[in-house]
Amino acid sequence: MLLLSAFLFILILFLITFFYLKGGDFKEMFKENPDDLKFDEQENRTQGWLFIAFGIGFLLFILFLIFKWGGSILPESGSVHGADVDSLMLITGVIISIVFVITHVLLFFFVFKYAFNKNRKPAFFTHNLKLELLWTALPAMVLVLLISIGLYNWNSIMKPLDDKDDKVLIEIYAKQFDWTARYAGNDGKLGRANIVLINNANFLGIDTTDVVSFDDKIVKNEFHIPVNKPVQFVFRAQDVMHSAYMPHFRAQMNCVPGLKTQFNFTPKYTTQEMRRITKNPDFDYMLLCNKICGMAHFAMKMKIVVESEEDYNKWLAINPTFR
Amino acid sequence: MDIIHSEHTHQESFISKYIFSRDHKMIAKQFMITGFTMGFIGIIMSVLFRLQLGWPGERFWINDLLLGSWANGGVIAPDKYLALVTMHGTIMVFFMLTAGLSGTFSNLLIPLQIGARDMASGFINMLSYWIFFISCIVMLVSLGVEGGAASAGWTIYPPLSALPEAIPGSGLGMTLWLVAMALFITSSLIGSLNYIVTIINLRTKGMTFTRLPLTIWSFLVTAILGVLSFPVLLSAVLLLVFDRSFGTSFYLSDIYIGGQALERFGGSPILFEHLFWFLGHPEVYIVLLPSLGITSEIVSTMSRKPIFGYKFMIGSILAIGGLSFIVWGHHMFVTGMNPFLGAVFTITTLLIAIPSAIKVFNYLTTLWRGNIIFSPAMLFSIGLISTFITGGLTGLILGDATLDINVHDTYFVVGHFHIVMGLSAVFGTFAGVYHWFPKMFGKMMNNTWGQIHFWITIVTAYGVFFPMHFLGLAGVPRRYYTNSTFPMFDDFVNLNEIISIFAIIAFLGQLIFLFNFLYSIFKGKKATQNPWNSNTLEWTTPVKHIHGNWPGEIPEVHRWPYDYNKPGYEEFIPQNIPLKEGEIESSH
Ligand code: HEM
Ligand SMILES: [Cu+2]
Ligand SMILES: [Cu+2]
Repeated sequence: MLLLSAFLFILILFLITFFYLKGGDFKEMFKENPDDLKFDEQENRTQGWLFIAFGIGFLLFILFLIFKWGGSILPESGSVHGADVDSLMLITGVIISIVFVITHVLLFFFVFKYAFNKNRKPAFFTHNLKLELLWTALPAMVLVLLISIGLYNWNSIMKPLDDKDDKVLIEIYAKQFDWTARYAGNDGKLGRANIVLINNANFLGIDTTDVVSFDDKIVKNEFHIPVNKPVQFVFRAQDVMHSAYMPHFRAQMNCVPGLKTQFNFTPKYTTQEMRRITKNPDFDYMLLCNKICGMAHFAMKMKIVVESEEDYNKWLAINPTFR
Repeated sequence: MDIIHSEHTHQESFISKYIFSRDHKMIAKQFMITGFTMGFIGIIMSVLFRLQLGWPGERFWINDLLLGSWANGGVIAPDKYLALVTMHGTIMVFFMLTAGLSGTFSNLLIPLQIGARDMASGFINMLSYWIFFISCIVMLVSLGVEGGAASAGWTIYPPLSALPEAIPGSGLGMTLWLVAMALFITSSLIGSLNYIVTIINLRTKGMTFTRLPLTIWSFLVTAILGVLSFPVLLSAVLLLVFDRSFGTSFYLSDIYIGGQALERFGGSPILFEHLFWFLGHPEVYIVLLPSLGITSEIVSTMSRKPIFGYKFMIGSILAIGGLSFIVWGHHMFVTGMNPFLGAVFTITTLLIAIPSAIKVFNYLTTLWRGNIIFSPAMLFSIGLISTFITGGLTGLILGDATLDINVHDTYFVVGHFHIVMGLSAVFGTFAGVYHWFPKMFGKMMNNTWGQIHFWITIVTAYGVFFPMHFLGLAGVPRRYYTNSTFPMFDDFVNLNEIISIFAIIAFLGQLIFLFNFLYSIFKGKKATQNPWNSNTLEWTTPVKHIHGNWPGEIPEVHRWPYDYNKPGYEEFIPQNIPLKEGEIESSH
């Protein structure tokens, strides 16, 4: 609230300054001949300067944001494919920043330089095919680059795992307003499920006559995955749409009632390693809900622990099987 | 048309002049006043939920005052927070920036700039406004019903929007939302048809398509987009009504909620997403294109220089319009759609960057070596160029399926679309109001206050939306009631406060506009016929409005609208001035 008062104060100061610049006469500010504006060079010059000031201010604001909060954005990716996402993000980010700066410098500079002047005769410049083709072709070339890298990465990230691959199969189940994880167990298969079988004891609606389901393991609150081993996720939802968002792994997939969706990734750093990398002893990987799903959407979370395969096996062993 | 003019001028009652008017200029004002009123309500909502985000859990008396039972003890309830966000989004996108913007300027400018006495059908035009008006009323009424207003986000994805068990707002509130939107779509459809027909058929002699002001081109493409995409939303809405009220399962399958398994099988919520975004994406261009047209006109006039690359500008409007129909899938990269489709949508989406870049560079070249007069309209147009660049660039990230995986539905998206669509369209709207205010009300708005309004608006607008990209890159999801349940977002407590403070000041800044607007209507300086020395036809009509627009013959058009500072001729040459002896029509 202190901040709020400070800002309001600055705003009022700004208005008063403007008022004084205008001659300090409140009535004057409402008396003006529309024609005055056009031919008042001073007035237009001031606006030109304001744009320069704004441009500089904007840049300083961005630098301030980067300096203050640039370090709070997501750390290095905790998954293998995440490195590809991040490098593409970096390339795109650099290109965007360059274009952003160039176009804004041009914009504010032109606006400043060509502010009204009685003696200037504006150019009568209606078109120029070469120039226009240039700035059709230039973005097109940059786009070809971005699209190629993007699609290459996209196809490799979205490729389903092979059946033969050594992997962990986990079902993530979403309902208002919590998450459940179900491990496939020794047989590597998840038992069938159906909504009509849902009851308090069996809230995933697992088919208890399906032998495949017997060794499934159900966990709540947090789930563990082994480092350096592919994890195949299957997503289901009970009531409305949710979205399983694991930002530290650059992973997201919607959970849709009536539809099974999937995503896979290979964790690269254990939770412990990530704590060292982020220099944050309390760091935890998180699963968030990222699709509006009702009033407690904002509180729907589950902790993810990445650990060595050994520790993972130990943890899994103490969890009971479904039957 | 001539008959209307000569007979009706003198025998109008109050009702036929101000209420059930068929005059496009009056209907434009009606759209403007109604749209702005809705916009005002929408912005107040955003300030209220920004209070919650900036200072979660803090009590604010203003909540008690304005929200009553939605905010117990001054704190907004979590589900009512979602209702506010939903209604804010709906109102801003549809009511303020579709009807309020297109309705105002298409109605005002189409007949005036193409040289027509009125719209093709004055009656349909009137009907379009009144259906819109009823739709506004229904939408506002939905705020007060049991369970609260619709709360499933402005995208109203089922099953959340289909089942009252899922969230209280999906009861009567959602029903009214759907009714209001069905009315809104009807209004928008008949309005758009009218615009298209008028532009194609009622152009005055000599007004060829390559002499049309760019405003008209953008209104034309906007109307075509509306006619092609809104029916799809209407069908999506109707199917949702069936699912909600008549037990069908278009969007529902395998749902267990409220302690029971529903007898609904075979549908898919993804179908709704396809239908919704088939409108939803063109919709953002329906919001944006009119503003780009308005800006093109103002940038040229106020630089005293022809718009650069007129034909490329038309080409890029058409390209944007066309492409906008084949990119909707970029909203659905993480719905589990086939990765091949994701790849296709990535390509089509990123292609839009090309016509957008052309527009930006053409604007810049228009400013280059101009003689710029900073009327408030010009200031807002320059602001629009800036926001269009900033927001367009972050679109390259969201349009790339690979990158979208991690920023989808985060605050990065909120920052992106507010800047590229929200701010750009709002800036275009303000630019249009300041520029054509003399045409609408015969008075001038105050420049100084216009300038103050602009500077407060652009500073605070960037102050609100630019930092949101950082939140998004940290993984903060949108539509969260508070970020405090996740320790990983604790670093951003101060940033959220700063954003909220900017939002409050932004709102206060708009009061300056409101005051200037109302003051000028009644006490503003009298406008001259052509205050900006502009070339387009609307400035050849008398200051005082008359039916049929021109007292005598409709002027004939002899040239394009951008003959400013043509070497060897006058400073500006309106479109109705014939070519001089030996003058060659400017090639463009
Ligand atoms: C003072 C001005 C504004 C402020 C402070 C503001 C702020 C916000 C915030 C904080 C959200 C919530 C984001 C979320 O949780 O998902 C939001 C949502 C939204 N806003 Fe604004 N906004 C403003 C103006 C506008 C304008 C001019 C538009 C016009 C396009 C607009 C359109 C939307 C839409 C479509 C949504 C999404 C609603 C949803 O998630 O269902 N807003 N706004
Ligand atoms: Cu959720
Ligand atoms: Cu889109």
